[in-house]
Amino acid sequence: MNHKLILSPSPHIHSGNTVSQAMYGVLAALIPAFLVSLWFFGIGALIVTATSVLSCVLCEYLIRKYLLKEKPDIGDGSAILTGVLLAFNLPSNLPVWIVVIGAAVAIGIGKMSFGGLGCNIFNPALAGRVFLLISFPVQMTSWPVPEVLSLHYTDALTGATTLTQLKMNLSADFSYTDMLTGNTGGSLGEMSGIALLLGWAYLSWKKIITWHIPVSILGTVTLFSLLIGVDPVVQLLSGGLLLGAIFMATDYVTSPMSKRGMLVYGVGIGLLTVVIRQWGAYPEGMSFAILIMNAFTPLINMYIKPKRFGESVQHG
Amino acid sequence: MLKTFRIGGIHPAANKLSAGKAIETAMLPEQAVVMLSQHIGAPAQAVVAKGDRVKTGTLIAKAGGFVSAHIHSPVSGTVLKIDLMTDASGYSKPAIFIQTEGDEWEESIIRDESLCTECRLSPSEIIEKITACGIVGLGGATFPTHVKLSPPPGMQASVLIVNAAECEPYLTADHALMLEKSEEILVGIQILMKALQVNRAVIGIENNKKDAIARFQQLIPRYPGIEICPLKMRYPQGGEKQLIDAVLRRQVPSGGLPIATGAVVQNAGTVFAVYEAVQKNKPLFERVVTVTGKSLNRPANYKVRTGTPVGQLIQAAGGLPEDTGKIISGGPMMGKALVNTDVPVTKGCSGILLLPRNEALRGEMSNCIRCARCISVCPMGLEPNLLMNLSLHNRWEEAEQEHIMDCIECGSCSYTCPARRPVLDYVRLGKGKVGALIRNRAAKK
Repeated sequence: MNHKLILSPSPHIHSGNTVSQAMYGVLAALIPAFLVSLWFFGIGALIVTATSVLSCVLCEYLIRKYLLKEKPDIGDGSAILTGVLLAFNLPSNLPVWIVVIGAAVAIGIGKMSFGGLGCNIFNPALAGRVFLLISFPVQMTSWPVPEVLSLHYTDALTGATTLTQLKMNLSADFSYTDMLTGNTGGSLGEMSGIALLLGWAYLSWKKIITWHIPVSILGTVTLFSLLIGVDPVVQLLSGGLLLGAIFMATDYVTSPMSKRGMLVYGVGIGLLTVVIRQWGAYPEGMSFAILIMNAFTPLINMYIKPKRFGESVQHG
Repeated sequence: MLKTFRIGGIHPAANKLSAGKAIETAMLPEQAVVMLSQHIGAPAQAVVAKGDRVKTGTLIAKAGGFVSAHIHSPVSGTVLKIDLMTDASGYSKPAIFIQTEGDEWEESIIRDESLCTECRLSPSEIIEKITACGIVGLGGATFPTHVKLSPPPGMQASVLIVNAAECEPYLTADHALMLEKSEEILVGIQILMKALQVNRAVIGIENNKKDAIARFQQLIPRYPGIEICPLKMRYPQGGEKQLIDAVLRRQVPSGGLPIATGAVVQNAGTVFAVYEAVQKNKPLFERVVTVTGKSLNRPANYKVRTGTPVGQLIQAAGGLPEDTGKIISGGPMMGKALVNTDVPVTKGCSGILLLPRNEALRGEMSNCIRCARCISVCPMGLEPNLLMNLSLHNRWEEAEQEHIMDCIECGSCSYTCPARRPVLDYVRLGKGKVGALIRNRAAKK
């Protein structure tokens, strides 16, 4: 017999789970929201998303090949996901060069400077987005008005978003239907409640995320809004709340690992979001709230542990 | 709703290729190699020497302490030598080599296979017989059975749980035994209940063995005190702590003994061995072994004498497939990879599994993405990712504080990790180091 036998410790079989499976799963869940943004923002949504994805992937490729001198394996889909999420947080009339800067910051500083996938402290897409918001406040807050299958890009008509109207105390009646379908101004991927909820259903069905983070965020925002007397439905459906709660705050790398930790983190994001929206300088607080709670994640992981087997039993 | 344990768990593909196959009797080995260490605890001490004639069932090695077990000859013949032999652990350990000459059994063993339900022995007499016959836990951990039946002072068992979960993929040895020896197992349960002085026993059995459940349900009206508890399929249901939690909803405290919950757990195969020992005076020298694998011609369940080289069983099942990458003693989740096919079957060997090369190779590991799947599947509620990192950085004190010693090495973490990180390898390493630290500390006191 001349068989060479493999020797390794147990377990000898594997589930077949892969990192890219999770990444592409999230991408699939973002498809409905992307289609809605194409419908309402037309060519602009396409240009911004494509630019963002290409820049993110290219940036990671270049850094890994020339700076880190490793085999540039970008097939795990994480750079594509960062690109899509960054684009979803940008207005659809943002010039290409600004999108490229945002992508470079997201991947270069937000992700690779910490050591790449799994090592970053802050959500890379949000790091890129907030960098742009602070650096290019004018371009980042001029929101195109929805126009079905628009062919306008940077020359699109702009107007105020729901949250800006609230902030400025402008009188306006908000249509729940428009907010659910996405017929409202805002970042290109955040407007359609229905599309995002569809994505959530998919993520839950595929067991890519658990309920803890989104539910605790949405629950906290609802309760807090009721407490201070603002319409919770408008709060839930406006701005980046759903996109953030379902797709950004649930980022594996930057969120807590135990179920109880996830709840604490979600409640924190919910509270901070409402506080910033109500009393802060910006009309929208989701990105900041998530980034702040990202910073607390290591602390949460250290102090909030999963429930151990036999823990609740009295020790004899 | 079906019961199951409350924390973690995974659902690997069952792959029970040999389910429903009758138990065949394997050929006697030409030469039996009987390991002196076939159980947890001190190795047994040989009581035979080169040239001695032994019969099948003759005591050839005595228990080396309280936590140890006697070993009996699986064949009749002549002792060739006592020498080192590589066993499933990959280490060379002492073994007794016996040249097989026929199959002449010790006269005290009753070879008549008819059912014998009557047992008039006292609890201590039962335990004595179990000790004398060298019975150990046959689920894989091989803990000496008489030790489990003698709770420490002040502890009293209230219920016997029969571990019939057989949650490891591929393995069907217990299933086959339960179908063919259902009544013997029920009598064995009654004997163990008597030994433990309890009046309740629960058979915890996973729901994929519907035929065995039906068979037991038909028979138990005749055996008072015995219940069946069908369980939802989930790995590691057969873990002692998990099974107690599933059946009784009681959790063994960290660092505590299962008896703290009032439960004593015995594997279904062990129960049958107890029946044979007590009712037929038969020492433990043969057991049921599943020989299986996707590329194997005839996956089967064999009744095998200990000391039989696994290669002989693989030949019987159709020969070693060309694509074999790994030979495993036990199941795919907790079994041990064998170094060659000469390794002898021991009391704890529940199966021989052949994995094709493409399944046996590990994937390339990448960065941890902190998805927390290892945490959500850990049946002990630990943080495997954290324990692995602490191990990687030699931070043993912290690993101890994070309860690394609670790990039962079920492998769910490594199994589920999307980044293919060898989580359990490092946790195991850490357990070794932390265990040594704890022993040193105790020695200093």
